[in-house]
Amino acid sequence: MAAMLEVKDLEVAYGKILAVKKISFSVEQGQVVSLIGTNGAGKTTTLKTISGLLRPTGGEVWFQGERIDHVAAHDIVTRGLAHSPEGRRIFPRLSVEENLLLGAFSRRDPAGVRSDLKAAYDLFPILGERRKQPAGTFSGGEQQMLAMGRAMMSRPKLLMLDEPSMGLSPIMMKRIMTTVSELQRQGTTILLVEQNAQAALKRADYGYVLEVGKVVLSGTGRDLLVNDSVRKAYLGED
Amino acid sequence: MTDIDTPVDDISEAPVAKPGKPIAWPLGLAGVALVIVGSFLSWSYDGQILNDLSINFYPNGLQILAIILALLSLVLLLVEKGPLVKLGSWLDATLGLRALGVGLVLYMVLALVAISVESDGLINVNPGGYVTLVGGLLIAVSAWMLPLHQLRDMSEARMPAWFDILSIAVLMAALLFTAAYALAQTEAWPLILCLVFVGAAATCLFRCGVMTFVSHAGQRHRKVLTLAAFAAAFLFPFTQNGDDTNMSIAGSVLVFSATAMGLNIVVGLAGLLDLGYIAFLGSGAYVAATLSTSAFATIDWKPPFLIVVLVGACVAATLGLIIGSPTLRVSGDYLAIVTLGFGEIFRFSMFNLDGNNGPNLTNGPNGIPGIPDLVLFGFDFGTDHTVAGVELTRNANYYFLLLILVGFVILTFSRLNNSRIGRGWVAIREDEKAAEAMGVNVFGLKLLAFAIGAFLAGMAGTVKAHQDGAVSPDQYIFLESAFLLAAIVLGGMGTIVGVLLGATILKVLPEKLRFFLEYRLLLFGLLLVLMMRFRPEGLVASRRRKLEFHEEDEALAVAVEEERLIAVEEAK
Repeated sequence: MAAMLEVKDLEVAYGKILAVKKISFSVEQGQVVSLIGTNGAGKTTTLKTISGLLRPTGGEVWFQGERIDHVAAHDIVTRGLAHSPEGRRIFPRLSVEENLLLGAFSRRDPAGVRSDLKAAYDLFPILGERRKQPAGTFSGGEQQMLAMGRAMMSRPKLLMLDEPSMGLSPIMMKRIMTTVSELQRQGTTILLVEQNAQAALKRADYGYVLEVGKVVLSGTGRDLLVNDSVRKAYLGED
Repeated sequence: MTDIDTPVDDISEAPVAKPGKPIAWPLGLAGVALVIVGSFLSWSYDGQILNDLSINFYPNGLQILAIILALLSLVLLLVEKGPLVKLGSWLDATLGLRALGVGLVLYMVLALVAISVESDGLINVNPGGYVTLVGGLLIAVSAWMLPLHQLRDMSEARMPAWFDILSIAVLMAALLFTAAYALAQTEAWPLILCLVFVGAAATCLFRCGVMTFVSHAGQRHRKVLTLAAFAAAFLFPFTQNGDDTNMSIAGSVLVFSATAMGLNIVVGLAGLLDLGYIAFLGSGAYVAATLSTSAFATIDWKPPFLIVVLVGACVAATLGLIIGSPTLRVSGDYLAIVTLGFGEIFRFSMFNLDGNNGPNLTNGPNGIPGIPDLVLFGFDFGTDHTVAGVELTRNANYYFLLLILVGFVILTFSRLNNSRIGRGWVAIREDEKAAEAMGVNVFGLKLLAFAIGAFLAGMAGTVKAHQDGAVSPDQYIFLESAFLLAAIVLGGMGTIVGVLLGATILKVLPEKLRFFLEYRLLLFGLLLVLMMRFRPEGLVASRRRKLEFHEEDEALAVAVEEERLIAVEEAK
């Protein structure tokens, strides 16, 4: 069976600078796959290209058997690929509920949206309690919950999370990571981009290590966690 | 309507009751008495000015306005202490009284200045004028000695439905009569005094909380409010008694309003800065002109007017799409520059398509004069009609047609605003990149805003061509686009009431105050600078816009969300 998401020789450039240099990886249905790497490794660029916010200069992206590297961003969301962008990018002046509803913008089934709204509030009760409050007044962790809830509102088959743990307290990070596993159990495939390799690999079925725009290493999450060079470079061990 | 301003902050920020001085109340009462007595006396020796203020015990309109302000003060004083004290926990008498006091003093000072300017100095002022001024001063002084109150939340005030509806009707009737009275003034000074009166009365009603109540009543009975507003606008020509000049002004206000509301979709909802919007009005007008039966019309096809409206609107929308599709990919400053250029290109094209440089479509700088009046379903817009004993002139006929147009534009605006598309526009305005990641078709929605805005302006243009009877390129200069934007910014971006108000102010003032015309750029510029400093959200702020300028206000944010939920309920 073909992979749900297949990235082949992807190349993305900002002007003349190649940010992503022919990387290839794939995500199987039901998996949690992690992309880890340092700043500037090209992780965010890769996600933005997959979701159609950037255009590749070379290579292909296949999602559920269709090529999507030149499909418009809003069409990609409709096809079931949601992107929770780096830095959360919630709408700070809009209320929690409006943020969530915007996540469901691509959908046209009001009844389904309403029930998913309830599902989002079940997943993150704090959002339900403060549904009328403007999102900008939330703490970082709450904003991350909102960003994830919002991305889930499009009822994605594949959810791409860009650094969900950025700037969070360890407790909040754990909460977010538990949710990732929870979503996986509910049947969502997840592509997780993280700098925090430990947390990401612990939950990943498979992982790829990116360095300056290239995949340098890949393997199951467990293998990578015990890999010497990964331990040295990302887990701060000698 | 949702966007009537409620000065919640004024009330909630008031410090907890500081005891007032005991003398304040009788002082205020004395002030009221003085104003009323003074207004019954003669203000001026010269009977020629301000519509004759020289006769004792025969107050003219301007003196009656002063009496009305005094009576409002009296009511508020009785709320403070006396038979109406029950209302005291809802209405802020002190703040209202302050507005009235200051307004009365300003009113009288201006009246005395007017008297001395128009005739030979202060010598012409009769005692009545001074008495009234002193009365106004007393009211102002007493208002500042009265204590400030902690009030109950007006949104909890529940009255029987008939009372809500009555208050809406009274508000609309007051608006209608004030508008009729102000427009009946042909000279500058009385009009200025009228405006001061309106300003004082409106500020008072907002400050003391009456308007908060009315706006809540309006939210409870939205349809009644809409209907009442439309009825008041519909009745306006009947107050003019065949005065064609005022109806012509009213007609141009409506054209301007319809266009401004169209631009409001582009600027207020989608957040795109369009500096050449007048070109869309122009293209509609030119389509109507060239397809009309004018002797100078250049196209031989003479379809019925309803077709012309559609053609004009579609031509404008097509122009919108043509100009939008390459430029909407850029944003902000670039878009502003491109649209500015487009406006000028349109004007020069109309100027040059005269047969010497290309086909003769527009008669060049001469434009197309002699556009005949409309005849719709056998109704001739060019002749006077008498309805219920009131003569309705040519311009009144167009006024009714334009009223329907404005109604259509407002309906389009509010439906869009509360729709899924409207939500997409909000997202684009807030964070374009995030909106794109959410699956909002950013480019498509921007283009849609552009096309809808252009479509509506094109519609307005087709009527305008017939109403004006002529089109020429110099009607569509950049300044007009700037004024449209100014109306939106002044009134309140993204609101309906605000933009209508802004458009009315910007159109009526230069028409009625001729001296104003020469300095209008200076004065409007000044006004806009002051607005940006003190009230960046515009005269009537949509709550959401207000939030953009006062982000820390959580209570406001919750109110915004509640309002949205009500709107969503209604939409179902």
